[in-house]
Amino acid sequence: MTVLVSDPARAELLRLSRWRVWEPLLWLIAFAAPWLLPGQALRISEIAIVALFAVSLDLILGYAGIVSLGHAAFFGFGAYAGALFAKLVMPEPVIGLVVAMALSGLLGFLLSFTILRGTDLTRLMVTLGASLLLLELANKLDWLTGGADGLQGVVIGPVLGHFAFDLRGRTAAWYSLAVLLLLFLLLRRLVHSPFGASLQAIRDNRLRAMAIGIPVRARLVLIYTVAAAVAGAAGALLAQTTGFASLDVLAFDRSADVLLMLVIGGVGWLYGGIVGALVFKILQDSLSTITPEYWMFWIGLILVLLVRVGRDRLLRPWTWWGK
Amino acid sequence: MITILFDGVAYGMLLFVLAVGLAVTLGLMNFINLAHGAFAMAGGYLTVYLMQRAGVPFGVCLLLAFVLVGVLGALLEVTLYRPMYAKPPLDQVLFSIGLVFMAVAAVDYFLGTSQQNLQLPGWLSGRTVVGHGPLQLGMGHYRLFIIVLCGLLTLALQLILGRTRFGSRLRAAVDDPRVASGLGINVNVIFLLTFAAGSGLAGLGGALATEIVGIDPTFPLRYMVYFLIVVAVGGTASITGPLAAALLLGIADVAGKYFIPTLGAFIVYLLMILILLWRPEGLFVRKGGG
Repeated sequence: MTVLVSDPARAELLRLSRWRVWEPLLWLIAFAAPWLLPGQALRISEIAIVALFAVSLDLILGYAGIVSLGHAAFFGFGAYAGALFAKLVMPEPVIGLVVAMALSGLLGFLLSFTILRGTDLTRLMVTLGASLLLLELANKLDWLTGGADGLQGVVIGPVLGHFAFDLRGRTAAWYSLAVLLLLFLLLRRLVHSPFGASLQAIRDNRLRAMAIGIPVRARLVLIYTVAAAVAGAAGALLAQTTGFASLDVLAFDRSADVLLMLVIGGVGWLYGGIVGALVFKILQDSLSTITPEYWMFWIGLILVLLVRVGRDRLLRPWTWWGK
Repeated sequence: MITILFDGVAYGMLLFVLAVGLAVTLGLMNFINLAHGAFAMAGGYLTVYLMQRAGVPFGVCLLLAFVLVGVLGALLEVTLYRPMYAKPPLDQVLFSIGLVFMAVAAVDYFLGTSQQNLQLPGWLSGRTVVGHGPLQLGMGHYRLFIIVLCGLLTLALQLILGRTRFGSRLRAAVDDPRVASGLGINVNVIFLLTFAAGSGLAGLGGALATEIVGIDPTFPLRYMVYFLIVVAVGGTASITGPLAAALLLGIADVAGKYFIPTLGAFIVYLLMILILLWRPEGLFVRKGGG
């Protein structure tokens, strides 16, 4: 078998995938956070969950260039899958998480065939339509999902049979952070592999990618499936740590929020989702204390300003002034 | 039976007037404007307040809804929208979602969350029944009014786009803005007028829709999907495409809610996904050109 990757290309890929000094440090701080801020453990867990969700969107938006307005479909599906598994089959969270991921991945695989054709507008509509379809289904199948009241009576067992969820949420925080770290490491490996590089080639120029022999359709199907599974994991985490799943996990706002988080943090960079989730949640908390019900206005204003400033310049404040 | 068809047609016509402005911005300027429903909401609220507070007659309200929302659209086009035309779709989506969120929260803050309803003037309320048995047709006067008005508007639009100098300039500007401006057509002004007219039509549609669906701050988000369906399914090459799509959607929605109420909007979304899978560019695509 011949090796197709030439040496400079391999060196470049390896350079990109090398660990930076600050990365382990960041994760250490994250894992120390529930100790340092014991009162905020539930919030830390929530941030880890939405960060995972944002990272999953980055896989398809940042790396494969697919604009989706309905990524909440997989998040919500995973949340319901996780909650229903705990309620109907067994309360063990880790197995429930794996099952929810598998089911969401399957859904992503099926839906991936809807995003292969057409323009950006068609894809927007199809992704949005799919998430609304699931929302309608969850609303109508109230014997299964509890409908508009949400799915109640979900009892989650201790993680790995040892660590029970406590009211202060420290177990939840560490559990969410651990899942985030594990999946992040896998995805980090994935996007820095030749597979990840081929995705970026598809994003930048699909026609050219096809011409140099990249199997575009197969790659898109695969990454969409992976992203759906990861989003499903985030949803399942939310359902498990809160013991609840309601229709809002599928709502359009959730798709819009996660898009915003990712854009705040930076697209096409796995840490973008994490940074974005952190900034978004802090913004949400601080703005909500000023005007609780008009948070939507501020988020809208941020979006408009963000786009007008140029979202690629947000992370580089020194370019804000001057041309 | 025929009554359902009639209501469906009225609803479809209404959707068409609401969405045709979006078809124009999307098809012509390639701009994904998710905030289109906010203009419709502005028209609806304007009508409710003009009629209830100032006692302005309904017909005048409709005209004002068209004109004032059109002016609002023009202002926004010049200040906010124009720099966005050249940006990638993701930026346009984020930008217009931001606008919707701001509009929703602002209306919520100033006007409250409760749903506003409209008291129709006497000559529009009431209902005429024609025929009997399975062929019975019950026509609400207001729905009849909507069908006639929207039908006339469609004809007018068709004539303006197809027969006038402005229409041919617009089509030229859309097909190739650079060549069009090279020929001495002021593309910016053409787009400004078109955007204003599209927003005005949305305002008019919102004013007309208030009686049928009611209006509240979440209107732009609730109906965003419907507008997008009309445009995505109908294609953006002509106005007959969105018209056909709007009628199809209106009839499917009314009939679906009547015959299979448990499924609700499910059918509409499913139908849209299937149609878009089958023809990703919309049902009615102009071959060549573009």
